[in-house]
Amino acid sequence: MATISLKDLVKNYGKVEVLHHVEGEFQDGEFIVIVGPSGCGKSTLLRMVAGLETVTSGEIYIGDKMVNQLEPADRDIAMVFQNYALYPHMSVRENMAYGLKLRKFSKDDIERRVNEAATILEIQDYLDRKPRQLSGGQRQRVAMGRAIVRDPQVFLFDEPLSNLDAKLRVQMRLEIKKLQRKLGVTSIYVTHDQVEAMTLGDRLMVLNAGYVEQFGTPIDLYEKPASVFVAGFIGSPSMNFLPAKLTNSHIELENGHKIPTSSAQQGDAIFGVRPEHMVVDDNGPIEVKTELCEQLGANTLVHGRLNKCETSVVASIQGHWDYEPGSILRFNVTPENHHLFDSKTEKRLES
Amino acid sequence: MGCAGFGVAEKEIAMLKRVHFNKTWLPFMLVAPQIAITLIFFIWPATQAVYQSFLIEDAFGLSTEFVWFENFQYLFTDEIYLNSFGRTIFFSAAVAFISMSSALVLAGFADRVIRGATTYRTLLIWPYAIAPVLAGALWVFMFNPTLGILPYFLDFFGYDWNHYLNGGQAMLLVILAAAWKQIAYNFLFYLAAMQSIPRSIIEAGAIDGARPIRRFWTLVFPLISPTTFFLLVINAVYAFFETFGIVHAVTQGGPANATTILVYKVYNDGFVGLDLGGSAAQSVILMIMVIFMTIIQFRFLERKVQY
Ligand SMILES: Nc1ncnc2c1ncn2[C@@H]1O[C@H](COP(=O)(O)OP(=O)(O)O)[C@@H](O)[C@H]1O
Ligand SMILES: [Mg+2]
Repeated sequence: MATISLKDLVKNYGKVEVLHHVEGEFQDGEFIVIVGPSGCGKSTLLRMVAGLETVTSGEIYIGDKMVNQLEPADRDIAMVFQNYALYPHMSVRENMAYGLKLRKFSKDDIERRVNEAATILEIQDYLDRKPRQLSGGQRQRVAMGRAIVRDPQVFLFDEPLSNLDAKLRVQMRLEIKKLQRKLGVTSIYVTHDQVEAMTLGDRLMVLNAGYVEQFGTPIDLYEKPASVFVAGFIGSPSMNFLPAKLTNSHIELENGHKIPTSSAQQGDAIFGVRPEHMVVDDNGPIEVKTELCEQLGANTLVHGRLNKCETSVVASIQGHWDYEPGSILRFNVTPENHHLFDSKTEKRLES
Repeated sequence: MGCAGFGVAEKEIAMLKRVHFNKTWLPFMLVAPQIAITLIFFIWPATQAVYQSFLIEDAFGLSTEFVWFENFQYLFTDEIYLNSFGRTIFFSAAVAFISMSSALVLAGFADRVIRGATTYRTLLIWPYAIAPVLAGALWVFMFNPTLGILPYFLDFFGYDWNHYLNGGQAMLLVILAAAWKQIAYNFLFYLAAMQSIPRSIIEAGAIDGARPIRRFWTLVFPLISPTTFFLLVINAVYAFFETFGIVHAVTQGGPANATTILVYKVYNDGFVGLDLGGSAAQSVILMIMVIFMTIIQFRFLERKVQY
């Protein structure tokens, strides 16, 4: 078990800098999720921790040891790859035993550990099969098994569920979470799926184009997104962003309607509201011309545009509703659910 | 729904194929040149060889006699032929081993430094483009006992090199020359095979604790075993049948038949010794061996690794 710290980490491929001064302190036993859109540098960051990519500048510590120069083998880590990377010519048993053999564990010890891991992951019946004789979900389990038999200090996961079908993904997500809780091993998990990130992570690091946008608990990210990017990335459906002007204790929308606010800021801003925080209120200040209703069973998504403007707005309201396209609805939002961002930097404005 | 749509699409493709190739003469026209070449340069000489292998010609070339399998019977009691057979097997094994293992090592390095590999790869392919006779000539110059550079250096170590007199040295030289020429070919196949192994498998090995050498033997080598098998057959065929030029240029089968492998003996007995029947019988045996090796290759080469 170990803490991990990333200090001023930079990665260049040739002249291109793909990670910019990443900082992070991960606690012992914590489940850290690195989340961001495709190509933002998540895998690169993870692979640097694994020792599969060199560090351009900065430092990586596992425990209190600086590991920049250590081979992957010497970092006491295990990794689960997106394509599982099982050894095709070895049986499931041999796949799991490979790392143990190399580390000169005794025969009995290897046998015991492999069986233990196989029991936890419910793959006892496939131990003598080759990877190609297994389904995607089973391969996924073997890859997990190969990681846990060695009892490493750190688990690294690179989008391990993205090759599974939706139902299996939800199931495996829960199992990974339970397993990590049970073993208490510090884990870094990379995904582009915000739902996966929110459900798995103790803390989330949101990465955008190689910059850390925000690092915090899922609730932090949801309630106090540090930027427009995080606000739009976390939560589904995505937050509404309305151009606005801040005047004396009011948010003035494009169509001139005013919403009282406690913010003391002045000038141009972006007003953010999550669809689930839009409350139908006949006297509400947000006037929406509806276009389409999506009934999802428990709730209804109302798509429309801010009345007399082009800005699109989504509201998620409880129950079944069906509004004629073109009807006008008014919404209210309680002040604690207001999000204000600077219109230039797109950073959060504190009141 | 989805399935039905797929079925329709498949039918359309099938129809397209039929529409395009409904004129029966077109495919025949397209393969005709190949068939003609095969007939003229392979089938006809091959049948001639089989026919001649049943004949014995008298010493003056005045009369021939049809003798069925007498030529073959004679070969299998002829000590010189049987020796040559054993020598050929040794030669082939040595050529295959040396050229494949060198290629494996080179490919292993090229696979690791794949960025600079284009130059590296191009340089390594050159020997393959050289004609066997030229490759032989190159080695003859390098190892010429009086002029060559290598005997000159070997002399410093008190080693006397003269492959015109020493049969073992002559054999070593043809083996080296033949193996060297084949390295490029083996290298290409090995490199391609190594590059088709997903990187993450090797990376998983590294994380599991395997150093490069260990990764090579426990992961890379087993995963490219189909290529090794394929190359084994190809190299055996090469060493058995395509090394005539090299032997001819380097040693002419000498000294004292020390490098007379089977292909060379066919030529030697036929065109120098003028024993056409015996020579034809030898070439028929070689032909049967090629066919046999090709069958092995087709039969077993379907086994592929799935990732
Ligand atoms: N080996 C490489 N050489 C050059 N650029 C690379 C290499 N690997 C990744 N990149 C670039 O680095 C960026 C981050 O890639 P990656 O970490 O794989 O993103 P993610 O995993 O978040 O999708 C991308 O823009 C990608 O094009
Ligand atoms: Mg990635």
